[in-house]
Amino acid sequence: MAGLTIDLNIYGDEAALIDALLMGDKHACACMVKQHGSQMYAVALRIMGDADEAEEVVQDAFISACGKMTSFEGRSKLSTWLYRITTNAALMRLRKRRDDTVSLDEPQTTDEGDLLPRQLGDWTIDPSRQALSQELRQVLEAAVETLPPSLRAAFILRDIQGLSTQEAAEALDITESALKVRLHRARLALRERLAGYLADQPQEIAV
Amino acid sequence: MSTHDHDHGECRKLLKDLSDYVDGDLDEMLCVEIERHMDECDNCRVVVDTLRKTVLLYHDLPAEPMPAEVEARLFRCLDLEAFVGVS
Repeated sequence: MAGLTIDLNIYGDEAALIDALLMGDKHACACMVKQHGSQMYAVALRIMGDADEAEEVVQDAFISACGKMTSFEGRSKLSTWLYRITTNAALMRLRKRRDDTVSLDEPQTTDEGDLLPRQLGDWTIDPSRQALSQELRQVLEAAVETLPPSLRAAFILRDIQGLSTQEAAEALDITESALKVRLHRARLALRERLAGYLADQPQEIAV
Repeated sequence: MSTHDHDHGECRKLLKDLSDYVDGDLDEMLCVEIERHMDECDNCRVVVDTLRKTVLLYHDLPAEPMPAEVEARLFRCLDLEAFVGVS
């Protein structure tokens, strides 16, 4: 299918684009969607794990963004604000999808036992030198889907999309220290999951 | 991090700081403490190494691009079709 095109250079910089958005300029809105749509779709797809639902999330998010530009205060980057709206839309949809009795928040526990590493085999893979195989990509994507949504969103924004800790915290409306806690829990959980595939000689040690 | 011939509690104490350590965000004194501990604790060395590899693997994970038909439907639902051309 042919791709859609739009001249993104009409607005000299983000400030000019935002000024136009705040004045209700629909062309500016189209530029924003073209510029950020793919990133928001990528986040929605990874949080939802389903292409149809990701599409609906992105539509909801941009309908909301285009309709409430006046609530954008300019304290964060436009992309951070859009990540926030998109992530909220995705997490709300997950809440609707799930049984109300199932919490989407990270597991509340006073026992840190669930964080203790159990898989202690070394990995020979060197990510800085090896390209990811298609099979490994699928393993990585599937592992992310096993995370509780709140941890998943933190990990996707910070470690996959590459937002800074501050930006990811803003997008999730949590403190930076809370973001770091979620990120750490997500990484530890993913490390455990991936060990089954990547460890040279998987060793599971009971604690 | 469980079967050790040294203080098991030290592994637990350092565990919470390992993400900051691999991100380079940790206080220098704590870095020294972790590195000294890893010299003695092979399990923690493996955990740090594989945690770092986990982060690196995801940094390189490409995103699936938004399909052209999904983008077209997005512009349609926002009533913005008039502002884009077709290549």
